[in-house]
Amino acid sequence: MTNKPVAVRPSDVKPEFDRMRRRGLLRGGFSLGALTLLTGCDLSTHSGVDAALEAMLRFDDRIQEALFSKSRLAETYPASAITKPFRFNAYYPDWQVRVVDPATWQLGVSGLVQQTKPWTLANLRTLPQQSQITRHICIEGWSQIGQWSGIPLHSFLKRIGADPRAKYVNFTCFDGYSTSIDMPSALQSQTILALDFETKPLTPEWGAPLRLRIPTKLGYKSAKNLQSIAVTNTYPGGYWENQGYDWFAGA
Amino acid sequence: MSQPRPRRPAHPVPIRIMHWIGVYAIGCMMFSGWEIYNASPSLPFLFPRWAGLGGWLGGALAWHLSAMWLLFVDGLAYIAYGIASGHFRRELHPPTPAAVAHDLGAALRLRLPHRAGHYNAVQRLLYAGVILIITLAVATGLAIWKPVQFGWLTGLFGGYPIARGIHLAMMGLIAGFIIIHVTLVAFYPRTLVSMVANTKADPETAP
Repeated sequence: MTNKPVAVRPSDVKPEFDRMRRRGLLRGGFSLGALTLLTGCDLSTHSGVDAALEAMLRFDDRIQEALFSKSRLAETYPASAITKPFRFNAYYPDWQVRVVDPATWQLGVSGLVQQTKPWTLANLRTLPQQSQITRHICIEGWSQIGQWSGIPLHSFLKRIGADPRAKYVNFTCFDGYSTSIDMPSALQSQTILALDFETKPLTPEWGAPLRLRIPTKLGYKSAKNLQSIAVTNTYPGGYWENQGYDWFAGA
Repeated sequence: MSQPRPRRPAHPVPIRIMHWIGVYAIGCMMFSGWEIYNASPSLPFLFPRWAGLGGWLGGALAWHLSAMWLLFVDGLAYIAYGIASGHFRRELHPPTPAAVAHDLGAALRLRLPHRAGHYNAVQRLLYAGVILIITLAVATGLAIWKPVQFGWLTGLFGGYPIARGIHLAMMGLIAGFIIIHVTLVAFYPRTLVSMVANTKADPETAP
């Protein structure tokens, strides 16, 4: 007789789950949240307060969309203002940076577009480029000034025949990251698909071979290591957005 | 002989309501702000973990960007009421330096009598000061929330990193005000009662 492989049942993991939950509650138990009886209201539970916080974030998103103007530009700086050394940032440490072969890498394009043919790096290099020296602002509060060059996203979207009335542009990365932005921000003139950092082609830690650079939004919208772009009307969310960072993230 | 006029309350009902909403809003902003600061401290210290609100950066920001509306609406209502009712003109007109020096000296010797419904020079300085500081905290907060859309405001404060520094400094001043304010309330506990229950103001001239 052989032992039939069994799927994990909820009851198998329940004790471990409960133990982790208790630990979480205990940890929250010593916070000011506990004094105000709002322990654990950190967007991770389904309590009424968490629902209220999420509703407020959606309200903030609508305010941010209303405040956004395509003609308002992020401040640009002289080359002397560039931050050195430039700080690495990702959802993983720098020794886990993903590397691809630029010769075989291709950018996928899908959704509400007319041309879905993938783009090679050589093809992308033939498109008109634009350079910017702008401030990258992290949601954590720190910021740094860097220089990026690449293809304005509005001209790329036009070239692939994207529907400009679509709501979202979604970015999927080969390092497991993803994010999405609203169409008006995607069409803003400073939003670029960056190929170069400072004056050289991107290296893996800065998002090689292609990254988004959008100075009108917080840093987590400037996705590195792009794999594909999709134009859609279905809310795509994103790596951090799904965990509770606000979706619009406008600067 | 005329009857003495019925005395007005030490604090009108709208002031009492707006005061306590403000306490809650400032509390949420401050505790979630400490958690946000801890994500990337700009000075060589961290706020204790137990003092944060939100549990992690995302939770803290959700609190901060929610409570800001409460503080904003409460603050606007307070300023509108203060101007329309004459509260600012009557009770918060700027004290002269001489009056501040006199009342501060008396306060430090614990000889400054407190009269319900009337502010001495030290109180006027503290209350007008904290209104200005909270206004600056909200303005710098707006400057670092929207450094592109409100770029002119961020520029006014010297750019994003400096505006962020001023925002933190205003938090420090508000915390300082709260310590002084609560200490003084502990010295004159009936002021706490007058901010909750209906209490008549003391007569115009001290007995």
